[in-house]
Amino acid sequence: MKRKVWGFVLAGLLVSLLLAAFVSPFASKAPDGLEKHAQDKGFAEKGEGGSAWRFPLMRDYTVAGVQSVSAGTALAGLAGTLLAFAVAFGAAKLISRRRAAGSEPVGQK
Amino acid sequence: MHIPDGFLSAPVYLAGYAVSGAVCAVAVARANRNLGEKEVPLLGMTAAFIFAAQMLNYPVAPGTSGHFLGATLAAILLGPLNSCLVMTIVLLIQCLGFGDGGLTTFGANLFNMGVVGAIGGWACFRALQFMLPRNRRGFLAAAAGASWVAVVAASACCAVELAWSGRPVVMSWLVGVHALIGVGEAAITAAVLSSVLAVRPDLVAAWDRMPKLQLQEARP
Repeated sequence: MKRKVWGFVLAGLLVSLLLAAFVSPFASKAPDGLEKHAQDKGFAEKGEGGSAWRFPLMRDYTVAGVQSVSAGTALAGLAGTLLAFAVAFGAAKLISRRRAAGSEPVGQK
Repeated sequence: MHIPDGFLSAPVYLAGYAVSGAVCAVAVARANRNLGEKEVPLLGMTAAFIFAAQMLNYPVAPGTSGHFLGATLAAILLGPLNSCLVMTIVLLIQCLGFGDGGLTTFGANLFNMGVVGAIGGWACFRALQFMLPRNRRGFLAAAAGASWVAVVAASACCAVELAWSGRPVVMSWLVGVHALIGVGEAAITAAVLSSVLAVRPDLVAAWDRMPKLQLQEARP
């Protein structure tokens, strides 16, 4: 059972990585609904820079040093997708491990 | 629909943190019940898919695009509280890794794109299930309808937050555009669920639980 879940999970991860690498460079570059509205209504500049967080590794889904926009987007997409998998898997593992660590009675049946 | 820093006033973004924080605390506390051995890798896979799919902006009107959100899909696959966990992680990576969505507005973004779709979208899905036939087609229709509603509701929440922050937002425009974006959301949600149901129906939490519900109802 466990192995079968992993087969499915790896297939799903592969599909996600393919989308991130090969489809994301073709995604629409137009502003999204919120950005467009902010531009039309003149409050877009209030959010200049996007985030007050000053250390994003790949700001706006680009990779520093990569000239090609498409390649940058693809690399950023691959990195983000793998990161999302790793962090979500790790977090879920950590949270679920607390059950083994002694909170057995909660919801166990 | 990622709100950048500077769009929301402090009371509004603090309220966003309070509400999203409370929901996430419940989600983590309840994860003991919801996270088994098979859910852990599925949670990772769902987060990866949602991250990748959110990058794929599609055009919806001249000069305007939109993208998949995925919280309702995750809720149907993994349960509403696990969906909150997935959306927290995806939005956190977008915020800290890619500068997508502000730091102060993270709570509000998590509420709009995560909590509304996960809890509200799931509730809507359950409600639609009662009205639709209890088969594969009805299941997919309920999922599509609920994910459309979730996107529209998310944009309405976003518009209200902006209005409370004194921004000259036109709610009907923002919600109207997201009614179009929601069509893409519904199509992607139905397509993904249809594919998963074709290969591993036992891994769709809402589907896996359905026959048992029917049994309980038939046994009064």
